[in-house]
Amino acid sequence: MAASQPTLDLSPKVSDEIRKTTCYMCACRCGINVHMKKGDDGEMRVAYIEGNRDHPVNKGVLCAKGSAGIMQHNAPSRLRSPLKRVGPRGSGEFEEISWDEAYQIAADWLDPIRRENPEKLAFFTGRDQSQSFTSLWAQAFGTPNYAAHGGFCSVNMAAAGIYTMGGAFWEFGQPDWDHTKLFMLFGVAEDHDSNPIKMGIGKIKARGARVIGVNPIRTGYNAVADDWVGITPGTDGLFILSMIHCLMKAGKMDLNYLAQYTDAPVLVNGDENSPEYGLYLRDEDGKQLVIDRVTGKLTPFDKPGVKPDLAASHRAKGFTHRPVFHKMAEMYLSEEYAPEAVADRCGIPARRIRAIAAELARVAFDEAFELDHAWTDFRGEKHDKMIGRPVSFHAMRGISAHANGFQTCRALHTLQIILGTVEVPGGFRFKPPYPKPATAHPKPHVGMTPGAPLNGPHLGFVHGPDDLALKEDGTPARIDKAFTWENPMSSHGLMHMVISNAHAGDPYKIDTLFMYMANMSWNSSMNTGGVMEMLTDTDENGDYVIPHIIYSDAYSSEMVAYSDLILPDTTYLERHDCISLLDRPICEADAAADAIRWPVVEPDRNVKGFQSALCDLGAKLGLPGFVNDDGSQKYADYADYITNHQRRPGIGPLAGWRMGENGLQHGRGDVNEGQLQSYINNGGFFVEHIPDGANYYKPWNRAYQDWAVGMGLYDSPQPYLFSLYVEPMRKFQLAAEGHGDRQPPDHLRDRIKHTMSPLPIWYETDQQGNEGYTVNALTQRPMAMYHSWGSQNAWLRQLHGRNPLYLPTKLMREHDLSDGNWARVSSPHGEITVPVMEMAALNHNTVWTWNAIGKRKGAWALDKDAPEATQGFLLNHLIHELMPPKGDGMRWANSDPITGQAAWFDLKVKIEKATAPAESQPAMPPLKTPVPQGPKDLAWKVGK
Amino acid sequence: MTTLPTSTQKKLGLVIDLDTCVGCHACVISCKGWNTENYGAPLSDQDAYGANPSGTFLNRVHSYEVQPAEGAAQLIHFPKSCLHCEDAPCVTVCPTGASYKRVEDGIVLVNESDCIGCGLCAWACPYGAREMDAEEKVMKKCTLCVDRIYNENLPEEDREPACVRTCPAGARHFGDFADPDSNVSRLTAERGGVDLMPEQGTKPVNKYLPPRPKDAMPEIDVLAPYLEPVVAEPKGFISWLDKALEKL
Repeated sequence: MAASQPTLDLSPKVSDEIRKTTCYMCACRCGINVHMKKGDDGEMRVAYIEGNRDHPVNKGVLCAKGSAGIMQHNAPSRLRSPLKRVGPRGSGEFEEISWDEAYQIAADWLDPIRRENPEKLAFFTGRDQSQSFTSLWAQAFGTPNYAAHGGFCSVNMAAAGIYTMGGAFWEFGQPDWDHTKLFMLFGVAEDHDSNPIKMGIGKIKARGARVIGVNPIRTGYNAVADDWVGITPGTDGLFILSMIHCLMKAGKMDLNYLAQYTDAPVLVNGDENSPEYGLYLRDEDGKQLVIDRVTGKLTPFDKPGVKPDLAASHRAKGFTHRPVFHKMAEMYLSEEYAPEAVADRCGIPARRIRAIAAELARVAFDEAFELDHAWTDFRGEKHDKMIGRPVSFHAMRGISAHANGFQTCRALHTLQIILGTVEVPGGFRFKPPYPKPATAHPKPHVGMTPGAPLNGPHLGFVHGPDDLALKEDGTPARIDKAFTWENPMSSHGLMHMVISNAHAGDPYKIDTLFMYMANMSWNSSMNTGGVMEMLTDTDENGDYVIPHIIYSDAYSSEMVAYSDLILPDTTYLERHDCISLLDRPICEADAAADAIRWPVVEPDRNVKGFQSALCDLGAKLGLPGFVNDDGSQKYADYADYITNHQRRPGIGPLAGWRMGENGLQHGRGDVNEGQLQSYINNGGFFVEHIPDGANYYKPWNRAYQDWAVGMGLYDSPQPYLFSLYVEPMRKFQLAAEGHGDRQPPDHLRDRIKHTMSPLPIWYETDQQGNEGYTVNALTQRPMAMYHSWGSQNAWLRQLHGRNPLYLPTKLMREHDLSDGNWARVSSPHGEITVPVMEMAALNHNTVWTWNAIGKRKGAWALDKDAPEATQGFLLNHLIHELMPPKGDGMRWANSDPITGQAAWFDLKVKIEKATAPAESQPAMPPLKTPVPQGPKDLAWKVGK
Repeated sequence: MTTLPTSTQKKLGLVIDLDTCVGCHACVISCKGWNTENYGAPLSDQDAYGANPSGTFLNRVHSYEVQPAEGAAQLIHFPKSCLHCEDAPCVTVCPTGASYKRVEDGIVLVNESDCIGCGLCAWACPYGAREMDAEEKVMKKCTLCVDRIYNENLPEEDREPACVRTCPAGARHFGDFADPDSNVSRLTAERGGVDLMPEQGTKPVNKYLPPRPKDAMPEIDVLAPYLEPVVAEPKGFISWLDKALEKL
């Protein structure tokens, strides 16, 4: 047959309208163009989603999750109405009720709590990008028990970064993708953040720059890394400290940078008998003291013209006060950190450790370059150029979700800082509102008065024992025991301990657990089966031990069945949100930015954005800030709050298009009733670029500091030195040594002395009592699924509908396993039986699986035979929130002793071949679900 | 049998960079979204929320482990869609003329109104790049977004395939291989782009850029001078430091 070409319409109409909003398929928050088409019924519907080219985060690209957002928006698992539990907890039996009835039920529980004892409300949010709003609500209510999910996610990364240098990775900063020549990635599975990392890797690979991936598993970003270091889990800190050893020994450090911008020259009190032993020497104004190399005298660090001396000590009254840098040399030059001494534990040959350290040195110093930007530092010294050191790092949960994660993250920052590569061209760069040191953040507040707001923000940064959240009798003030001697620097709270503590009545009993998008009866908890029991357990009177549970979710997740009252949320395309500079920002290293979501479609169900529901409920409860003087509701909904709330005069949730004396202005300004429309007109976001000359050296750069004050990020310039030595940690050590009025319990003294080292250390996290459990077990989230709360997504579940346990070749052979066989995997805490698959590109003593693919039968509008429910599984069953008993009569938390971060990745297991069961074990009975099961087949076009 | 054009004016196609593809599936889903709503029948899904979900995709990413003779195993992400071959066996095998290769630009398409769903083309394609839509019973394949690349309703910068526009890592490139100065021709030349299974004689237009050598960092011999200790004994470190600071 001869070729006959049909005539094609090469310019079909793409859509009837493009509505630009912000993605929420993960926490990355890309800009999206939502193409709307009018259907046959005249109704505008979502037809297609693509990236917004103008958006600062994704610049037009979009990941699989983002493009699959349409299926999340159309998902059959969407909740439809407020629900009241009518069967026993866990049965999934509900009755649809009105919003009025739902608010009345909630108020009947919450109002007495607020008037009598506000701590009996525990309010925790899983999806936490409206924290500046939800925490305001919790403060107004007056409970000390509020946090988001950081404690079980990555608080080690965030807190270590802020205490060390005023910011960490991801939302806090990014590599200088345009200039970096060596990019080293630690413990990043395939996420955090999503598109910007992929864009950055693509950019540097196009230039032929080298990528080194450090991860026990070689998938995703590690698969494209030029060099892969398949490290033993939990030993990253040791590997990093060994590289620091090599670099210091070879003098491969940026001494000028260390002297000018860090605490390396700051003198440390050497008087062993002093209550300030080990603290910085300070002048009367509290300023850190250094020896000026010009005068040889003790001088405040910020005095104009001072040349801080890294080498000189100060001798006074028979004691020698030495600079931080001496302590670093003493610690890290020790042969304890020599590559040969750490190689076996890290699973990395000594020569490879040396090679990587040498490559870092070569690129940082031999490939240094200059940018012609003149700038003035905080001491007033003028510089006619900026020195670039093109080495950059990024890290996430893989190194932080260990019991030594805080110190490991600190070690990584120390490595960056001694190379002089933080906030310089080619290195790691902060994103506004960071840099912001720990001292510029709030401290935790737990001051409670019945019927009145809390005395300040719940979460923050402690600077010593005085800031701990303890009651007068020394017991924990918070239900999660955050900011106590067990985990003093728990800046994000400990969401993973809330249910078990509430169930145990330790430190006290609560009345109502109120949660938002936190799948605690499934993949968001350690000890999943145990949590289900705690949620359904009754006391001697037959009452639930946790009396009331209010839960908000958009979907029929596993947690719905374990709640008494459901407040149904909308999908992300049906709601208002603000991605605020007061919260978790989306800025770029060269710009401040914020963004909104707005309802590009109205919900077709009886659902409401959770934040709008909080506006209603706050008003019903008469919470200060949520009612007007006459008692009427202050904010009609979240959009009203976003527009009209002012945190400080002139500072609101959104920085763009505020009202000034001469019209609209950015940063500071009065309320503008048309602000949301301005955002919509601009594509859903606002961006303000940092001027040239202000965009590097931000912590010390006068031009940046002045710009940040103008934008409302700070109220006055706040230059500071990086803290290689974290003085607050030394204050906890001093307490453990017996100094001060606030004393730790005796059983914690040794641990505090050891783990609270003010210079980064590494310690073994191997769980006690784990004899025979020797294989590391990890999880990762796939790029196409992470944080999307959605293997119910019809498209994405076709990519990642199954999660075998991946075993390295060596373990497959040892256990006579082949693909498709089943294995019993056990820990001291539990046992699962699951399908296995071989993977060669894997640390030889590590197994892993995709996280959160496994679903419980009946949830998410999936068929009961869905592979997610029959073959899928969670490692969570093997991980307990407490360590196995050590025989000392106490149960120790499976958390970082510094921050309380959940130590998910310390898990060690035993593998045995098993006969194939009918389905993955343990198999939970199906849940009843308040939504019908999804349709069988899908085929549609929205447009004609 | 359907005849192929003896030559085409342009040779439009993709360069896919296997050194950079992180295997994120962004291209897969963007393609699914665009082509559900646009050219021809929607891409359907069967048992979408059930035990055996399957659907029509015009582009899929496969991942392969490679175990080199020496060194660590590697994981290669391999996106695959129609390669718009010059000698496309899927066209010549078509009994109705529904499968054709466009004279203007070389894009291989299926005219769905002439497709009888016999599936011969899918058998003929050595790459497995065609998928029968189970709902519509017509053959679906990559159109190179023929309804985007010339579309005057799109801004000029968006006139590229959906998979290229969305790729976060920039691992996909679109252009005209007939033009030796095009971005795709230059990339192919610079990076040693290769045909997929050239022995099949299909002369694919799309090219793959091979992964760069991995785990090739020189170990200590070359780099050793960078870690030469500054002093023999740790005690001497502070006096070394003092001298080093003098030089600043």
